[in-house]
Amino acid sequence: MSNTVVATEIEGKAWGGGNEPLKASYGKMMMWFFIVSDALTFSGFLAAYGFSRFKFIDYWPIADEVFTHVPFLHGQELPMIYVAFMTFVLIMSSVTMVLAVDAGHHLNKGKVTIYMFLTIIGGLIFVGSQAWEWATFIKGDFGAVQTKGGNILQFVDADGHRVALRDFVVGEHTERTEHGRENGLWFVEEGTLPTYTVEEVVSGLEAHENILVRTQLLNEHGEKTVLSRAESLKQLKNNGTHVVEGANLKENEYGSPLFADFFFFITGFHGFHVFSGVIINIIIFFNVILGTYEKRKNYEMVEKVGLYWHFVDLVWVFVFTFFYLV
Amino acid sequence: MAHAHKLEIFRGLVKFKSNTQKIWGVLIFLTIVTAIEVVLGIYKPESLMAKFIGMKILNWIFIILTLVKAYYITWDFMHMRDEVKALRRMVVWTAIFLILYLIFILLQEGGYIESIYTTGYIKTDF
Repeated sequence: MSNTVVATEIEGKAWGGGNEPLKASYGKMMMWFFIVSDALTFSGFLAAYGFSRFKFIDYWPIADEVFTHVPFLHGQELPMIYVAFMTFVLIMSSVTMVLAVDAGHHLNKGKVTIYMFLTIIGGLIFVGSQAWEWATFIKGDFGAVQTKGGNILQFVDADGHRVALRDFVVGEHTERTEHGRENGLWFVEEGTLPTYTVEEVVSGLEAHENILVRTQLLNEHGEKTVLSRAESLKQLKNNGTHVVEGANLKENEYGSPLFADFFFFITGFHGFHVFSGVIINIIIFFNVILGTYEKRKNYEMVEKVGLYWHFVDLVWVFVFTFFYLV
Repeated sequence: MAHAHKLEIFRGLVKFKSNTQKIWGVLIFLTIVTAIEVVLGIYKPESLMAKFIGMKILNWIFIILTLVKAYYITWDFMHMRDEVKALRRMVVWTAIFLILYLIFILLQEGGYIESIYTTGYIKTDF
């Protein structure tokens, strides 16, 4: 494409940037090389996720059961709907970006401004959605009990629907002060204690005949194994060590801790890319308003950030597939 | 400034009148593909649960549809279609070759460790 920046000082200087190998300007080619290297970084993360998943192929959490929440719709199970919405927002902002690039080719300052603005809005909606998704994931929903082996025991009713701890466990009033720095070892702190103790969960399970324990193990239909009533009580009494609510880097109520680790790491790294993309877009947006590219008679800068922005969208397409669908 | 955009997609099956029109056309296509993925992901048809080369057919469909989406994002949104052949190959084949290698190594080893967990003397379920 013949949209070189009109910069007279490099004209004719083969080694000073005046040369265009592959008919792409210096800036665009470097952006492509950066994208290739960044794509390899993301592939590394996703392949590492695949490694851990293959390692625990029969124990991995089912993403459909983890990401079922949609803002403002409490208590409804709507798997994938919100993630699909996020995907659509990002694709849509990619479209406005490419329209901005197209308007730039026609040197239409007004249109470039509008489309850049819409792209930034789309990016902000996406980052906000991801923050909400994180908050929901960290807070958790049903609660679970962790065993000595580090496995997670969840609770279901007779129909196989998940039951939250708060629905059958009665928390008794107990005196148990959190360990603080002021008493005992000053360098040892204790995090927030879970709402219930394992003993309370055991008595709650004994009191409710219809509640069963579900383990992490997947059966041949790809569903989690539900234990019999006797097995449920035995497993919980013998192996339960503590109650887990929500998720963090060490443990999570959805299953393997690695699932949460990769969720935080991969979507976090991608979210960071979106965030920096929004910042770069804002800078270019102001440059457009100030008329920097109008004076240059060239909007190639918009095209270059556009490449980055599309790349972020491209990565999300893969994250969506490998984290939420497969 | 006149820019030469290649305006046909699907190997010339659909030809657009302007670049803007092509962008909207590609958006519609990508939205349809995403919708198919989401519907399949929610309903998970029993017929697609059979295994094919070590993975469920459904998962193969997801991966293929993802690659289709990636192709159209790169080719039409990132204008790879309009770049010279050498740049295209340099970017695409470098990435594809290295990524395939990475995936092969990690998944192979992950599967090996899984086999040790299930057939060896390591207890994980307690």
